[in-house]
Amino acid sequence: MTNAAKHLTNGGRELIAFRVGDQEFCVNIMSVREIRGWTPATPMPHAPAYVLGVINLRGAVLPIVDFSARLGMKAAEPTVRHVIIVAQVKSRVVGLLVDAVSDILTVSDRDIQPTPDIASDFERSFARGVLAIEGRMICLVELDSVFPSEEREAA
Amino acid sequence: MDMNEIKEIFFQECEEQLAELESGLLKLNDGDRDPETVNAVFRAVHSIKGGAGAFGLDDLVSFAHVFETTLDCVRSNRLEPNQDVLKVMLRSADVLADLTNAARDGGGVDEARSRQLIKELEALANGELPQAAAESAPKTTPAGVAPAAPVVNEEGFQPVAFSFDDFETGDEPTIEPSTYEIVFKPKSELYAKGNDATLLLRDLSRLGEMSIHCDMDTLPPLDRMNPEEAYFSWKISLKTDKGEEAIRSVFEFAEWDCELDVALAGGTVGMDEDLPMQPVPFDLSILEDEAQAPAGKEDRAAASEGDPRNAAVAAAQTASNVLQMAQSTARVSPENARNSQSASAAQAAAQQAASAATPTIRVDLDRVDRLINLVGELVINQAMLSQSVIENDTNGTSSINMGLEELQQLTREIQDSVMAIRAQPVKPVFQRMSRIVREIADMTGKSVRLITEGENTEVDKTVIDKLAEPLTHMIRNAVDHGLETPEKRVAAGKNPEGTVRLTAKHRSGRIVIELADDGAGINREKVRQKAIDNDLIAADANLSDEEVDNLIFHAGFSTADKISDISGRGVGMDVVKRSIQALGGRINISSKPGQGSIFTMSLPLTLAVLDGMVVTVANQTLVVPLTAIVETLQPEASAIHSFGSSQRLISIRDSFCPLVDVGRILNFRGAQANPVEGVALLVESEGGGQRALMVDAIQGQRQVVIKSLEANYTHVPGIAAATILGDGRVALILDVDAIVAASRGQSLKPEMSLAAAG
Repeated sequence: MTNAAKHLTNGGRELIAFRVGDQEFCVNIMSVREIRGWTPATPMPHAPAYVLGVINLRGAVLPIVDFSARLGMKAAEPTVRHVIIVAQVKSRVVGLLVDAVSDILTVSDRDIQPTPDIASDFERSFARGVLAIEGRMICLVELDSVFPSEEREAA
Repeated sequence: MDMNEIKEIFFQECEEQLAELESGLLKLNDGDRDPETVNAVFRAVHSIKGGAGAFGLDDLVSFAHVFETTLDCVRSNRLEPNQDVLKVMLRSADVLADLTNAARDGGGVDEARSRQLIKELEALANGELPQAAAESAPKTTPAGVAPAAPVVNEEGFQPVAFSFDDFETGDEPTIEPSTYEIVFKPKSELYAKGNDATLLLRDLSRLGEMSIHCDMDTLPPLDRMNPEEAYFSWKISLKTDKGEEAIRSVFEFAEWDCELDVALAGGTVGMDEDLPMQPVPFDLSILEDEAQAPAGKEDRAAASEGDPRNAAVAAAQTASNVLQMAQSTARVSPENARNSQSASAAQAAAQQAASAATPTIRVDLDRVDRLINLVGELVINQAMLSQSVIENDTNGTSSINMGLEELQQLTREIQDSVMAIRAQPVKPVFQRMSRIVREIADMTGKSVRLITEGENTEVDKTVIDKLAEPLTHMIRNAVDHGLETPEKRVAAGKNPEGTVRLTAKHRSGRIVIELADDGAGINREKVRQKAIDNDLIAADANLSDEEVDNLIFHAGFSTADKISDISGRGVGMDVVKRSIQALGGRINISSKPGQGSIFTMSLPLTLAVLDGMVVTVANQTLVVPLTAIVETLQPEASAIHSFGSSQRLISIRDSFCPLVDVGRILNFRGAQANPVEGVALLVESEGGGQRALMVDAIQGQRQVVIKSLEANYTHVPGIAAATILGDGRVALILDVDAIVAASRGQSLKPEMSLAAAG
């Protein structure tokens, strides 16, 4: 049994925390496949502004979403210091462009507080809750709602 | 290997056998009377039955058994495989396929249909010819008693009456004990399949008194013995009251793996292993030059040729057959004419060997896919390597360049070979179509002849798999709507039997599949009216015939409920077009009123690679499929003409072609680029419309590996797929047809919606 699995059975889970601008977010480590540096993406026609384009991930075509722009914040100007979190979202593999990966956290469900009610519907749709750790506030992100999903396309 | 895996293999083999069965029946239908074809058909049903028995698939076994019995009548020349008989058989093959599928997937089958066919098959086996054939065939009675024609006596046969009631009850026939001489010579295959001669002999001994002699003459000296070879044969003398059928059934599952010769002692032959008749003395004076103890299968065949039921028609034929057989027997084994069975078996084996395919293996498609992906990576890596070598300018180090060149060649060769693994003939799909034609023809009461050509044309497996659906649609349409009813055809001075021709051929790196019917053609007036009613075109629109024909591909035409009566075409044709396009193909119609329609599909040979022209548009690298490009040209200012507010046309050899700025239509730039600074790619979309696509520059031609965009992203209008360039970056492959459609006014709308647009 891996460490991560052990934590889960103990009611704990591991999260990867990352920084975008002056805010911190985290995602479940189980959905993260790898973390890699920024490479220039091929822009897609008619794509929403937060889709930076696609890159080649060992032969697969990987779409890159600018996390900052996705949340309606300032669009990133990617540099070599930016990081792409390659995540598995349902059957797809997608890349999330963030400023930097900051931490690996082990938390239990008790540590997750509900999203404060000042949040708009938009923020609520991708935030699954917030964590208070050593005076920092880290927003737990629901990856499903960050990326365009197939079901919604059909609609 | 667990039971399920074994079962899966059985079903895979069933599929092959079913294909074999159908192609054999179709061959017979076309007048092929090669005994080996009949044998192949029989073998197919037989092995399905055998496997199904092992898995306890009772429905399948019982149907296959009846089918087999009837086929055996054909095999032993007791049943003439005429068109009517074959119709029943083809339908039985369909039911057998249904039963097999049901056994595999657990679905239900049309029981009434299979019961009906069982009846028809039994009727055939009992010598009742189908209604239509009855007139032309000699009059027969169910009991198989024919008027004793004089020829029969000349042949030395006595018509024999027997009661079918006995047969119907299925009781063991009560036959006077008689002594059979059996020669049993196993082939090595028998042992290879895990059968044991001892067990067979033991089974045989249960039938009656048996004496056995082992023939060891062929046993080589020990040092030359091959442990996997079969050297022994046995001569058995068996006194039994069970009849020849019982003896043969002992060897049922070893039938193809041994030489078996069953004969009544004393030069008499069992007439028939299926019908429990009294053995009838057979005057073999005709053969006496050749055979002292006629025992061969062919002799039996000759005997049954002379079966009273067929005697009248077959007499002349029989005489010549016997003569021929006698000759061939003499030719094949002059010194041992007695053993005509083994001679004919050897002949059959030789024939089989000649027609047998080269050895093959069955591979999981996933494994091949993985290999193809890896080769794709190799191609990309090779390109990357070449590029960096050029960039680093290794002047003088020719060994690197030579090595690279060799690598390039090897890569290309590996790629071709891997692609060839997946290449398969279109035959299975075409064969499936003959079934569709039969079904639709039955349903619509039309008489249709399907002619297929070029079934051995090879295409990538994935293309074949995806071809079945659109082809089925189109065949249905062709028979249902394209062809007229027999009455109308006669009235129009045509053959009442309609013809549908399905052909496949390779043409310039693509496969072209053509479906032609000799029906009434597209009723353009009605199509036009329908399009006007559906607001697809303006009432006064000026359309060419071609454009009208292409209207049937419009989605509006497929939803229409009564379209089949109106246009004669159109049910689901938009679906057909979409699936063809999804394969990177194009479809065209040409139709002549009163003479029929031809649908032409042009498809890529593989979905894995494509020959493309690499171009630059607004600093982006794009790939345009080479097949879409007619020519490239450098526009001159004088050739560019403005048209209206924003349209521009380019004159090419006195015709005007609309210019399409690719960068603009893909939203890569706001303003239209100056055409004079770019290059125009003249492309042809399906429907024949030409457009000049404006790109900034051409980088070159290259074979690219196609990567799916949909796997991780979504479908992008105007983009067919992606590929990876030599520098490791992703390039988009243009969907030329979509771009052309967009330039006609249909906008390339982004289909992706924001997940949480709130």
